[in-house]
Amino acid sequence: MDPTTAKLTLIAPEMVLCFGAVVVAVLGLTRNASLRRSVPMVAALFLAVSVAACMWSYSTPAAESSGLLLPYLGSFAKPLIACVAILLVMLGGTSVDRRLEAAFESGRVPFEAVRVLRGEFHAFLLLSVAGTMLIASATDLIWLFLALELSSLPSYVMVAVGRHARKAQEAGVKYFFLGAMSSAIFLYGFALLYGATGSLQCTEIAHTLATQAATNGVSTLAIIGAVLAVLGISFKLAAVPMHFYAPDVYEGASGPVTAFLGFMPKAAGILALITVLSLLGWSGHAAVLHGQEVELQGLPAPIAAMLWMMSVLTMTLGNIGALLQRNIKRMLGYSSIAHSGYLMMGLLAGPGAGLNAVLFYLVGYGVMNTVVLAVLCSLERNGEEVETLEDIAGLRNRHPMLAWMLAIAAGSLIGLPPMIGFFGKIYLFTAVLEQGQTALVIIAAVNSAVSVFYYLQLVILPMLAHSNPRSETVTALQSPWPKLAAVIGGVCILGLAVFAQPILEAASGAFGVATVSAAAADEPTAQTTDGMKTVLLDR
Amino acid sequence: MEGTLAYFLIVLPIAFAAIVGFSPAPMAKWIGTIGAFATLAVALLFAWTFPHWTDGLYAPDIDAANWFPAMGVSIALGADSVALLLILMTAFLMPLILIGSFTSITERPKDFFFWFMLLEASMLGAFLARDAVIFFVSYEFTMIPMFFLIANWGGAQRRQAAVKYVLYSFGGGILTLVGLLYIAMKMHAALGSWDFGIASMTAFCSTEMLASEQVWVFILLMAGFAVKIPLVPFHTWLPLVHDQAPTGGSVILAGTLLKLGTFGEFRIAMPMAPIGAVEWNGVLCVLCLIGIVAAALICWVQHDAKKLVAYSSVTHIAFCMLGMFSLNSIGVTGSVMYMISHGLSTGALFLCIGMIYERYHTKDMDELGGLYRTMPIWSFFMVFFTLASLGLPGLNGFVGEFYCLVGAFTAEDTAMTGYPGLMGPWYAIIAGLGLIAAAMYLLMLVGRLVWGPLREPGHHDAHHAHGHAHGQAHAQARDHAHDHAHGAHATTNDRATTLSRDIGAREIGILVPIAILCLVLGLYPEPMLKAIEPSVKNMLAPYPALVERYLKAGTLLESGSEAPPMASASQP
Repeated sequence: MDPTTAKLTLIAPEMVLCFGAVVVAVLGLTRNASLRRSVPMVAALFLAVSVAACMWSYSTPAAESSGLLLPYLGSFAKPLIACVAILLVMLGGTSVDRRLEAAFESGRVPFEAVRVLRGEFHAFLLLSVAGTMLIASATDLIWLFLALELSSLPSYVMVAVGRHARKAQEAGVKYFFLGAMSSAIFLYGFALLYGATGSLQCTEIAHTLATQAATNGVSTLAIIGAVLAVLGISFKLAAVPMHFYAPDVYEGASGPVTAFLGFMPKAAGILALITVLSLLGWSGHAAVLHGQEVELQGLPAPIAAMLWMMSVLTMTLGNIGALLQRNIKRMLGYSSIAHSGYLMMGLLAGPGAGLNAVLFYLVGYGVMNTVVLAVLCSLERNGEEVETLEDIAGLRNRHPMLAWMLAIAAGSLIGLPPMIGFFGKIYLFTAVLEQGQTALVIIAAVNSAVSVFYYLQLVILPMLAHSNPRSETVTALQSPWPKLAAVIGGVCILGLAVFAQPILEAASGAFGVATVSAAAADEPTAQTTDGMKTVLLDR
Repeated sequence: MEGTLAYFLIVLPIAFAAIVGFSPAPMAKWIGTIGAFATLAVALLFAWTFPHWTDGLYAPDIDAANWFPAMGVSIALGADSVALLLILMTAFLMPLILIGSFTSITERPKDFFFWFMLLEASMLGAFLARDAVIFFVSYEFTMIPMFFLIANWGGAQRRQAAVKYVLYSFGGGILTLVGLLYIAMKMHAALGSWDFGIASMTAFCSTEMLASEQVWVFILLMAGFAVKIPLVPFHTWLPLVHDQAPTGGSVILAGTLLKLGTFGEFRIAMPMAPIGAVEWNGVLCVLCLIGIVAAALICWVQHDAKKLVAYSSVTHIAFCMLGMFSLNSIGVTGSVMYMISHGLSTGALFLCIGMIYERYHTKDMDELGGLYRTMPIWSFFMVFFTLASLGLPGLNGFVGEFYCLVGAFTAEDTAMTGYPGLMGPWYAIIAGLGLIAAAMYLLMLVGRLVWGPLREPGHHDAHHAHGHAHGQAHAQARDHAHDHAHGAHATTNDRATTLSRDIGAREIGILVPIAILCLVLGLYPEPMLKAIEPSVKNMLAPYPALVERYLKAGTLLESGSEAPPMASASQP
C-alpha cells in the first residue's frame, strides 16, 4: 500500500468524525425541534461509525506501511476513545440548551438559530475527539502539533459555552490562555527537536537521535527540545507543573464538559507523550541502523529524571489538594491530577508492559471519572448543577441506583478489588516494578492510600449520610440518558475487571514497533514487525 | 469433589447475598441465616472429605481456572489443615452472629444480611486462595462489607470508625500488594512467565531472592498484615472500630477478620521471605511484648466493657504473634491454635456484651453491675467466656497460650527442640506478666459487671435508687445521642417490648455451641494440634538452618553463597 493511501486509510475514523461534526453543526440550526433533539443521537451514531472505521482501517495493512513509529497504538486507543466519547455524549447531550429548548417549546421565546448551541457543542465535541484520535497516527511533528490543537481548541469553546454562568466564561478564558501558552511551549520544543535532528518526520528523528545516542550521546539541543515538548504536553494531562488550571476549570465548566475534560485531554496528552517519548528511544526498544541492530539506550537520563519527578509531584500534589475540597468537581480536578501522576509512572516504564498498563489504566480512569460525573449530571437542585458534597448526602434514599453507581466508581478510583481500578493499579505497579522503580511504586501506593480519604466521601455521603435540607431539594433530571451512562459505566467498572483479559490483549497489541532502518531516510515506509515481542531484545 | 466444594464455599454465600438482595425485607434474616447454615454444611462436608488432616498438604490440589492469563492469575482454590480450621471457624461463627443480630438490627435488615453474606464469601475466599491475587482480592474485599456494616449499624461515631478502618486497612494492604507484585516481577524476570501461585511464589522468593531483597519484601508484606493483626503500634484503629461496630461486626472482626492478618503472616509473609522474618524477628518480638504488656495495662483503666475486650484482643493477638515469631513448631502450632481459640472466646465475649448493650444501651462499667441478680444465665456465660479468654486450664484459651509461651521459652540457641530460636526464657517471663495482667483486668470486668450491688441505668428499674445519679444522666444523654444518630431508631425501650430480662432461648442457643466448643478444645485439643502440626512444619522448614546461620553470623545479609544466578540480570 502506498504511503498516501495508507495514511488516508488510517485516518478514516477521523474523517468520519469531521464529516459528522459538519452534519451535527448544521442539524443543530434547524427550526424543526425534533431534528434538533436528535443531535446527540446523530453525534453518537457518528462516533459508533468511527469505531467501526477504526476496526476496518486496522484490519488492512495500512498501519504497517504508514511510517509510524508505533503503528498499532491507534488500533487500541482510537476505538476506546470513541467508546468513551459515546458515554460522554449520553451524559451531556441533553443538558446543553435544555432551558432554551423548553422556552422555545412553550412559545415564550421565538426560535432564533443564533441562540441554539446544541449543534455547535456536539460538533466541537466530535472535532476534539477527532483531534485526539489523530494524535495516535501522527507521522511527523507538524501533524502532532495540529492534532493536539484540534483536540484542544474545541474544548476551550466547550468550557465557555457549556454553561450559562460567569464562572464558565472565566474558566474558558483561563483554560484558553494557559492552553495557548502550553502550545507555545511544546511548539518551541518541537522546533528545537527539528533543529537538533534536521527533520520533522518521526521515523527520521528517532533514527537520528538513536545514532546520536549510540555515538556521542543525544545532543543538548534535542534534550532541551524534548523537555519543553514534554512540559507543554503535560498541560493536557494536568501534570505538575502545568496542573494549576485544572481545579478552577473543572469547577467552572458544566458537568458534562468537566467529564469531557477529565478524559479527552488526558487521552490526548498521554498519546502525544507516548509519541514524543518514542522519538527518544525507550529502553528495550531496538532499532536497525545501517543494517545493524542497535539497542536504544533508553530515555536520556534528564528526561527520565524529569518524568520521575513530575510523576511523584503530580500524584502527591493532586492527592493532597483533593483532601481539602468540598466541591466535588474541584475534588475530581485534583483527583485527575493525581491519576495523571500514576499514568506518567507507566510512561516511565516504557514500551511493553508499561505502555499496556498506561492504556489499560486510561480506559479504566475514563470510565470511572465519567460515571462520577454522570451521576452528578443526572441530578439538579433548582435547575442548578449539583456540585458540593452536601448536595449528595443521603442520595441513596431517593435515588438508590445513582448512589450505588457513585459508590462503585469511587471504590474503583480508590483501587478496591474487584473493580477495574484495582486491576489497573496492579498492572501499572507491576510494569513499573519491572523497571526497578520500587521507590516510585511505594510512593504511588502511599498516595493511593491517601486518596482513600477523599474518595470515601463519595461513598459515605450518598450511601450512609442522612439528607440535609440542602440535599433534599436535589432532584433527578427527566432525561434518562445521563443515568443510563452512569449505569453502563458502572457495569463496565465491575464487568471489565472480570473480562479484563481481552482489553489487556488489545492494549498489548497496541505496541507493534516499527524498526527504523537506514532506508527510512529515503523512503518513509519503515519496515514493521507485528507485535512488540519480536522487536524487544530478549533481556 | 473437594474442588467443587471449595468453589461452593465462595459461591454459596454470594448466591445467598443475591437472594437476600432481592427478597422482601422481613424474609432477609431468615434467608441470610439459611445461607450461613448452608455454608456451614458445605464447610463441614469439605472437612469430612478432607484427606490431608495429617500431612499438611492441600486439597483440592491445584485446580486452576485461568482468569487473567496475561498476568498468570488463576482462580486456584484449596485448603490445608490450618486454612480449613479457620474456614470451619468462620462458617461456624457466621450463623450464630446472624441469629444474634435478629433483634438488634432494626434498620435496613436486608442490607445487613446482604453485606454479611458477602463478607463471609470474601473471608472464605482469602482462606481458600492458592493464588496471591485471589488472596489479595478477597483479603481487600473484606473491607467493603465491613465498611458498610460499621458505618450503617454502628454507634454514634460509626462513620469516623468506618473511615478509620478503611484508611488503615487500605494503607497497609496496598503496601502488601506492592510486596507481592515485587516478588512476582522478580519471578517474571527470572523465569520469563507470570505466575501468582502462592506455592510457586513462596518457592521462588524463599530460595532465589537476595537476602537484602527479602528483608524489604518482608516489611512490605508485613505492612498490611501488621495493621490487620494488629501489632502494636499499628493497633490504634482497633479500639474505636470495635467500640463503634455493631455486635455482629465486632464478633466477626475479632473472630475472623483479625485472623486474616495472622493467617496472611503464616501463609504469605513468613514462608515467602524467611530471611526477612529472621532478620526482623527481634524487632517483632519486642513489639509483641510491648503489645502484651501495654495493651493489658490499657485494659485495666477502661470503663467501657467493649473497649476493654477490644484491647484484650490486642494483647491476646500479640501472644499469638509471639508464638508465631518463636519460629519453632510448638510456638507456631500454639499460635494457630490460639487464632481459633481467640476467635471463639473473644467473639463470645463480644456477643455477651452486645446482649447487655441491647438491653441497657450502655457498655459503661460504671453504670452496670451486679447483673447476676437479674441475669443469672447471662452471667454464667459471661464468666465462662471470661475464664476461657484468660486461659483457664481446661478451656480453649489455655492450650494456645501455653504452647505460645513454651514456644517463646524454648526458642533459644541451644536447639533443644530442633528449632533454634531468637527468644528465650526472658521473653516468656515478660509475656507471662501479660497473663497475670489479663487475669486481673478480665476478672475486674466480670467483677464489676456480674458481681457486687446491682447497678442498672435507666428509669425502668426498681433498683435504680442504687445507681449513681450522675451515671444515669450520662447514660441517658448518651442514649439520646445514639437514638438521634440512628434517626429512625425507636425511642421506646427494646427491653420492654421484645427482649426478656435475662437472655432468652435464642441467645442461649447462640452461646451454648461456642461454650461447648471451648470446652472440647480445652479438654481434648489433641486432634486439632495434630492437624495443625504438619502444616506448621512445612511452613517452618527453612527456618532452623537460617536461624543457625543468623546466630553464628549475626546477620543473614551479604552472605556470598546465597546470591542467586539471576541477581545480576534483575536490575536493568
